[in-house]
Amino acid sequence: MSVSEVEETIKRISAHKGVMGLIVVNSEGIPIKTTLDNSTTVQYAGLLHHLTSKARSVVRDIDPQNDLTFLRIRSKKHEIMVAPDKEYLLIVIQSSDTNQPLH
Amino acid sequence: MDSLYFNLNHPKEKTNNIFKNIFQRGSMILVAIKADFNWVRMPFSNIAKSDRTGKKNPSPISARRSSSIAGGPRLKPGSVVPRNIASVRDDGEQDDDDANAWDNRALLKPDDQLNLTEAELKEEITRILKANNPNAPQNIVRFNYKEKMYKLIPHVEQLAIHFQMDGNLIPVDSEEAKRQLMMKKDDENSPESESEVVNAETEVKPTEEEDEDGNKRVAGQKEKKPANQFNFSDRASQTYNNPSRDRGEMTEPPPRLNFSSNATQWEIFDAYLEDYEQQQKSKEKKPSSKTLEKQKVKKTNQADQGDDMLKVAKSAKILERMVNQNTFDEIALDFKYYEDDADDFRDQEGTLLPLWKFACDKAKKLSVTSLTWNKKYTDLFAQSKGLILLYSLKNPSYPEFIYYTESGVMSLDFHSDYPHLIAAGFYDGSVAVYNTAESTQVPKYTSSARNGKHTDPVWQVKWQKDDLDGNMNFFSVSSDGRVVCWTLAKSELLFTDVVTLSLENSLESPDGGIVAALGCGTCFDFNKQQDQIFLVCTEEGKVHKCSKSYTNQFLDTFDAHHMAVYSVVWNSFHPKIYLTCSADWTVKIWDHTCKDPLFTYDLGSAVGDAAWAPYSSTVFAAVTADGKVFVFDLNINKYEPICEQIVVQKKKTKLTHIAFNSKYPIIIVGDDRGNITSLKLSPNLRKKPKEKKGQEAPKGPEYEIPKLDKILSLVRDPEAASKQ
Repeated sequence: MSVSEVEETIKRISAHKGVMGLIVVNSEGIPIKTTLDNSTTVQYAGLLHHLTSKARSVVRDIDPQNDLTFLRIRSKKHEIMVAPDKEYLLIVIQSSDTNQPLH
Repeated sequence: MDSLYFNLNHPKEKTNNIFKNIFQRGSMILVAIKADFNWVRMPFSNIAKSDRTGKKNPSPISARRSSSIAGGPRLKPGSVVPRNIASVRDDGEQDDDDANAWDNRALLKPDDQLNLTEAELKEEITRILKANNPNAPQNIVRFNYKEKMYKLIPHVEQLAIHFQMDGNLIPVDSEEAKRQLMMKKDDENSPESESEVVNAETEVKPTEEEDEDGNKRVAGQKEKKPANQFNFSDRASQTYNNPSRDRGEMTEPPPRLNFSSNATQWEIFDAYLEDYEQQQKSKEKKPSSKTLEKQKVKKTNQADQGDDMLKVAKSAKILERMVNQNTFDEIALDFKYYEDDADDFRDQEGTLLPLWKFACDKAKKLSVTSLTWNKKYTDLFAQSKGLILLYSLKNPSYPEFIYYTESGVMSLDFHSDYPHLIAAGFYDGSVAVYNTAESTQVPKYTSSARNGKHTDPVWQVKWQKDDLDGNMNFFSVSSDGRVVCWTLAKSELLFTDVVTLSLENSLESPDGGIVAALGCGTCFDFNKQQDQIFLVCTEEGKVHKCSKSYTNQFLDTFDAHHMAVYSVVWNSFHPKIYLTCSADWTVKIWDHTCKDPLFTYDLGSAVGDAAWAPYSSTVFAAVTADGKVFVFDLNINKYEPICEQIVVQKKKTKLTHIAFNSKYPIIIVGDDRGNITSLKLSPNLRKKPKEKKGQEAPKGPEYEIPKLDKILSLVRDPEAASKQ
């Protein structure tokens, strides 16, 4: 998969109906790509980075051979989806009710 | 040498202390010491007497001389030297004389003094005063009685004693002093005895008489304090003490970092695993370390170019599916769980529930020319138009793979054992094999004009089992009248003409010659049980039964349709039954041993495609040009479709292809506008045999073949069947 294809995929995701934002976060919790404004991005990146590492810790503490593959957080307003890679987190925020985008 | 006289008039201990100090400091002290003792040892009483008489007693008793200490430094004559001088003064009168003597002595020169020239005098000679005794013997050898041999004594006493004297001063309040004072008193009474005592105690040799005189005088002054018998002065100079100075410097504090971490079980696990892998690697790749390094360098370079975004590629893909799942949540639930309750009341008829629609902007208005499910990944299917698009049900909004082709794609097939291989037939007559595992747009194999490509559009391609050599191969049919077997050799595509569709009545050309007319092949299918037998259909409406073994001869030929046959399919279970569909609006079901069709259905429009269901031997579906999907179940109704439904939005849209999924109860239909619709079959359309109590539901060909046979027998010989 080439870089352009990845870029295209990311573009498609962020253009998808109901998707409010997409953030790519590196292993230190620093956002390296975002479609949201700065302050929101930093907030999401920081908090979700912690949550993901904690979640992974939970999964792996129970069984070291197991691993966290995906994290979905459903809230009243949004669904936050986190795909934890080894080095990067891909975060997508999608509004729960796709008919009524909140922003 | 002689400029300094060091008169050591100290008692022994004091002298030693001075030397000790010098030695202990170890500092370089340029001192020339010459001991010249005017040392007089006198009896106690003598002093008293001489004090009184003013007589001088110049006789020196003993003096130890040393020209220099420890090879002491040579000093220039006349140079200023700290002096430590003590002179003996016997009485007050002597004082002046002594002073004079000092002056004189400073000018005096010893007889043996060297006369040095001016240059020699100016020459500076530096000597270092060491703590070692130069006069100490270096190589003392003593006989060792224990080992019975002479042994070198390594340690030599370096202490040189230059002067030693036993003192005869007594503290006034000591016992001895009192005793002596007492004796003095007695002395007046008995001088004889006193002198004897003195003799015994002080070994005074000279002037016994004077002593007696003195004693008499002392006796006159009663209780006189015993005076110091020497009137000596002590001069000392101290070497300059280097002032000690403390000096410190603040260094910059080293950088500190607080680090805290919790070691969890899985972190330890990972660390061990990593270590284990490294050990394995180091074992394997020791010999080729150099090449490894080169590769690594290359890899890192590539990685740099590849940027970080590649690492999120997989995550991005997952997330895209996730987002789609959320958006099409209801459809996904329908796909999984919805069963139309109305079917219970309709008894026989069923419905199709539209699920996802697959449309790609790039393929707009391109007709769907082929639809195939992947046999292994049952959620993946391919469609072909001007492009090859591979969709997954998990992501209806965008295809997983897109292949751009030069020519229009007419046909596709997934390999059943190698699900990443796709065979494709093109409008220009060429065939190609794509490998989805490789991320290239270029097909892995392609046919060219040189290696036997078709001259007309390739209407159908189909993978076959690997040949005897284990090479993969597929067949293709084209309207140029050939059926070709393509073999995937290592680097090229080899072709073999299997059948040429020659027509029985060859045409006469205008110039009188005979032209061998060829039928235009449109589709073919291999028998699922006997894979050497296959059917080829033509645009003329004929169906030829062929065998791979006889290449130039048809086993049988049926005049099946009046117009082009669009599709021919063998039944999924029954080895003899197949169906054909044609542009003449009909779908026909055949037994390959019979010349006449078993069933004929007129669907009122050109039938684009038809397919047997994979789950039942009696169910098949067909799509027509007026946008309808027909589903038949012969077991339920031999004459009418159990479902007839329009599934396209616009009336003019033609449906071109249909495919059953092998696992899920869904079908996909493609239209000529480039859209694909997935439809769920309602329960009535996939009726399973009823379960009998205590028995498993009958399944598989053992059940399905008799089921179809039973129906067919009714058709073939209705009377006989009814008798049964």
